[in-house]
Amino acid sequence: MTSATPSVELAIETRGLTKRFGHQTAVDGIDLAVPRGAVFGFLGPNGSGKTTSIRMLLGLATATSGDIAVLGQEMPGRLREVLPRVGALVEGPAFYPFLSGAANLRRLDTADPGASSATRAARVNRALERVGLTHAASKKVRAYSLGMKQRLGIANALLVPRELLVLDEPTNGLDPQGTREVRSLVRSLAAEGTTVFVSSHLLAEVEQMCTHAAVMSAGSLVAQGTLDDLRRVGQAHVRVRTPDVADARRVLAGLGLVADRVDANRTAADRSAADRTATDRFGAPGDPNADGLLSAPLADGAVAAETIVAALVADGVRVRGFSVVGASLEERFVALTGEGFDVVQ
Amino acid sequence: MVSELTVLFRRRRTWAMLLALAAVPVLIAVAVRLATSPVAPGRGPPFLDRVTQNGLFVAITSMVVCIPLFLPLTIGVVAGDTIAGEAGLGTLRYLLVAPAGRVRLLIVKFAGAAVFCLAATLTVAVSGAAIGAALFPIGPVALLSGDTIGVGESVLRSLLIAGYVTISLLGLSAIGLFISTLTEVPVGAMAATIVVSVVAQVLDALPQLDWLHPWLFSHYWLDFADLLRQPLEWTSFGNNALLQGGYLLVFGALAYGRFVTKDILS
Ligand SMILES: Nc1ncnc2c1ncn2[C@@H]1O[C@H](COP(=O)(O)OP(=O)(O)O)[C@@H](O)[C@H]1O
Ligand SMILES: [Mg+2]
Repeated sequence: MTSATPSVELAIETRGLTKRFGHQTAVDGIDLAVPRGAVFGFLGPNGSGKTTSIRMLLGLATATSGDIAVLGQEMPGRLREVLPRVGALVEGPAFYPFLSGAANLRRLDTADPGASSATRAARVNRALERVGLTHAASKKVRAYSLGMKQRLGIANALLVPRELLVLDEPTNGLDPQGTREVRSLVRSLAAEGTTVFVSSHLLAEVEQMCTHAAVMSAGSLVAQGTLDDLRRVGQAHVRVRTPDVADARRVLAGLGLVADRVDANRTAADRSAADRTATDRFGAPGDPNADGLLSAPLADGAVAAETIVAALVADGVRVRGFSVVGASLEERFVALTGEGFDVVQ
Repeated sequence: MVSELTVLFRRRRTWAMLLALAAVPVLIAVAVRLATSPVAPGRGPPFLDRVTQNGLFVAITSMVVCIPLFLPLTIGVVAGDTIAGEAGLGTLRYLLVAPAGRVRLLIVKFAGAAVFCLAATLTVAVSGAAIGAALFPIGPVALLSGDTIGVGESVLRSLLIAGYVTISLLGLSAIGLFISTLTEVPVGAMAATIVVSVVAQVLDALPQLDWLHPWLFSHYWLDFADLLRQPLEWTSFGNNALLQGGYLLVFGALAYGRFVTKDILS
């Protein structure tokens, strides 16, 4: 550890955690802070580095650089003390197909030197019961469906009481019923005081079961906080379409709103470059009759929408379009990670 | 460790291999029994000519037949599978986060392979003794030194030979364990281990490479005949044990060096 000792308040803490595969940077200097007791959603599209981060947290892969603390102890240095207190599902379940579900759990339980063999059978049964697999306990895993394997994987994470559960895409391959069951299982575990770190590429899932979230995009951590925090950043916006951009901006400023020009769906990052070369349907800058699109964040209850329109019109601004765009995590997620199915390289 | 053996011996594959090994003495005994003309001394595998006089030699002949190929084949499968098999299934990551401990896992895996070596050689010995007793007369055994020992003593000698062969295979097991840490494809590790054992035996057969022979792990594989002398001649047993121990240390260290720092990405 280069800096201060790891905080005991955090179940997971990383500083500048980085993993490179050859030239490719899979995880790029992320600073995670997962509070104890949280249900923490680790959100990001496929290939954004979630599983790679989890492998480093669990000591399966070594970080190229950066520090990790799990449950207040340095990883992978204190792996022996930390891991018995952590249950994990990493990159899907994996089992011996020629053994039964219960025999698989017994096998993985013996791998933990701290797990008592006297209570093993009872703990295996309890874990199977918790994920609803009691009836399939003696069936060979070869004959399990993907959803059943997923449940067995979660059962494996629950073999002993854990302080932290790391679940990598736990609802993959589950039917809607199974997904609901996982959600309620996570909630009940959280209620018992277990910190749950759950990765997902589905926003809806995180929204439904998490208290906190972090968003990954192409290996970087682009946002982190409580769900409310994240929603707050993605607050409502007013959008004004008008040729009188400068006047409109002045009027909005008078109402305490800071407007940005967001022509043609461009994001803030590339807008200045676009302005220099703009020849799109909004016309070149300087054409007095071409429309511009302004957007201003609208704090809750700051100014009423109708007041804004009235002020604009009163000032002679030619308002050709006006809307209030609501806040949603969805929008925020898309803004952070990009739209569509492109796998980030 | 118990769990490791449970997993190993609950696989149908393990039993299939042991069954195949058990079939070798049966094949030999039946073939000799059915042959009309007696086996001429010096033809066929060593000791084959003695089988008709004494059934106890079936086990020894079978051992000689199995050592160059069948035993290394099964050891290659088991030792090559140790780590790569777990990686291929994905269970390696769950064992390690349990946390099994990487060194502990390597040791248990090697011990499992060693137990399999013993099981494999005992299978050949027991199956050979059983079929030999069933098809041929059993009696005092004439040793290579000319002395004769009783049946009880000869059973002891058979077990000693099984022990010798087991130790012989430990070097190969260590090599298999190391190769197994290099890949996530178990079949690749198995094939590579078997190829290594064949190459070693080919090199051992080339007189131009005299200087190399004492260093090959397969060099003493067939030298257990010394255990059939009176008094017992322990030189080759000792040399073999020393050599196998050396291989175990070197390849154990290599496997350790490789596995302890390896990123588990399967
Ligand atoms: N073993 C590997 N070798 C090379 N690149 C890898 C390896 N594993 C993952 N990657 C790369 O790292 C990036 C992140 O992958 P991953 O962590 O699995 O993403 P996620 O779990 O978010 O879908 C991907 O671009 C992937 O191609
Ligand atoms: Mg993943």
